Amino acid sequence: MKTKTPSKLEKMLASGHMAVTSECGPPRGSDPEGITKKAEMIRNHVDAINITDNQTSVTRLCSLASCIHLKMMGIEATLQMVTRDRNRIALQSDILGAASFDIYNILCLSGDHQNFGDCPQGQNVFDIDSIQLIQTVRLMRDEGKFLGGDDIKRPPQMFVGAAANPFADPFEIRVPRLAKKIAAGVEFIQTQCIYNLDKFELWMKQARDRGLHEKVYILAGVTPFKSAGMAKYMKNRVPGMDVPDDVVKRMSGVSKEKQAEEGINICVESIQRLKEVEGVRGFHIMAIEWEDKVPEIVERSGLYPRPDIS
Amino acid sequence: MIVAEKKPIEEIIAQVKDFKKILIAGCNECVTVCEAGGKKEVGILASALRMYFLNEGKKVEIDEVTLERQCDHEYLEEIRDRIDKYDAVISLACGVGVQFMAEKYFSTPLLPGVNTCFMGVAEERGVWSERCQACGQCVLGETAGICPISRCAKRLLNGPCGGSTKGKCEINKDLDCAWQLIIDRLKELGRLDDYEKIMPIKDWSTERAGGPRKVVREDVRL
Repeated sequence: MKTKTPSKLEKMLASGHMAVTSECGPPRGSDPEGITKKAEMIRNHVDAINITDNQTSVTRLCSLASCIHLKMMGIEATLQMVTRDRNRIALQSDILGAASFDIYNILCLSGDHQNFGDCPQGQNVFDIDSIQLIQTVRLMRDEGKFLGGDDIKRPPQMFVGAAANPFADPFEIRVPRLAKKIAAGVEFIQTQCIYNLDKFELWMKQARDRGLHEKVYILAGVTPFKSAGMAKYMKNRVPGMDVPDDVVKRMSGVSKEKQAEEGINICVESIQRLKEVEGVRGFHIMAIEWEDKVPEIVERSGLYPRPDIS
Repeated sequence: MIVAEKKPIEEIIAQVKDFKKILIAGCNECVTVCEAGGKKEVGILASALRMYFLNEGKKVEIDEVTLERQCDHEYLEEIRDRIDKYDAVISLACGVGVQFMAEKYFSTPLLPGVNTCFMGVAEERGVWSERCQACGQCVLGETAGICPISRCAKRLLNGPCGGSTKGKCEINKDLDCAWQLIIDRLKELGRLDDYEKIMPIKDWSTERAGGPRKVVREDVRL
């Protein structure tokens, strides 16, 4: 087992265990309980918790501060970082800030356009993109250099992740895009929520055909539906989301009181099927404002207890 | 061309309502082509203002002129002998022309009559769209002739993002995803393998970020 960082998530994956991660969205206010309470609910059922970075471009408590709260609770955090809001100076600075608190995982993203959020009239930055952010973190970690070429004293030690969306268009470049992220230096991938399992399996097959599954740890993303309404919303309104008709039908086919339970059932069944897909090395469970259901999903999927690898 | 849009007449009136002699100056270049500030639009604005002042019972003199260009000294000089007669000039040129006129006629109040939008093309009659942001270091050779800086909402050099859906951008279903266009054209050119080349972090110092820019060509200077 060879690891490059002190990340527990990396260690879990390198030792061959199925990893389980989840994520929490920070609050729209400064009360740290908005993050610590959610984290407390799931801490024993996951290996690391992602903290989203102003997701959907809605202003929230920052990802870095939230990760520090998790760190103080003894929970492993994954710092999500988007390139929408910060230029290369601020990105590198925040990476060092996170590293100073020994945050060991980072997820490199470009970020939703600000058009979706609470500041549609704001500027966006996009000084670099997600692939270039992967390169930046690897340069800082492996070479101990800033983008400007100077040496970093005590370089960051971060396990470098990125997102992959097998369902966005055009499909034909979705695997080449994964290859591109791997070439940039990504070490783990958390995918977009998977509802179209057939399409995901096709994407994984194409990735395996190129041997990519051996070059990066792929965590399959899942999100339980709370209601049929949510399924329809995700299908019709969320860009890059692929929710097949039969899934919507299944959610609509049960009474309102039973829909939440059905959503959990679909999620657990998906995990069970995806566990068998070669190259899937774990799961990223995104229970949006429904963190209390994560333990049940993890347990029913046969992923509990979490292996003790410390 | 530089594409501009006419400012709302109310906004222009609010700025000129207290003047007695006004010159409306059009430009015969880009703003004529995009039908925002050429001779025709000068005439339309002049008529609208005359009607407004007539209704208000005010006696205001409004003259019209359309210069060949407002971004060149020689054409701007054509109004030097009469500029002092006016209380204000409304320029229907792009922001470039308005500023050059202001530099030249330092003591004359000068107001913009159009909003300068972008550098773009006439897709069809009445439809213009952006093509270039003048980043100062053209990457079109790498991107199959389609600019991700001006045409991707996130100016991603390594796109598309996860929001590309059925060829359209996540922010607007009527907007083409630039990276879908790039990929389609790379395929057409038999260069799809080039998609996997990582575009390096861009030097933005030749763009707006580097401060106001200037090109000096010693070989053509007088």
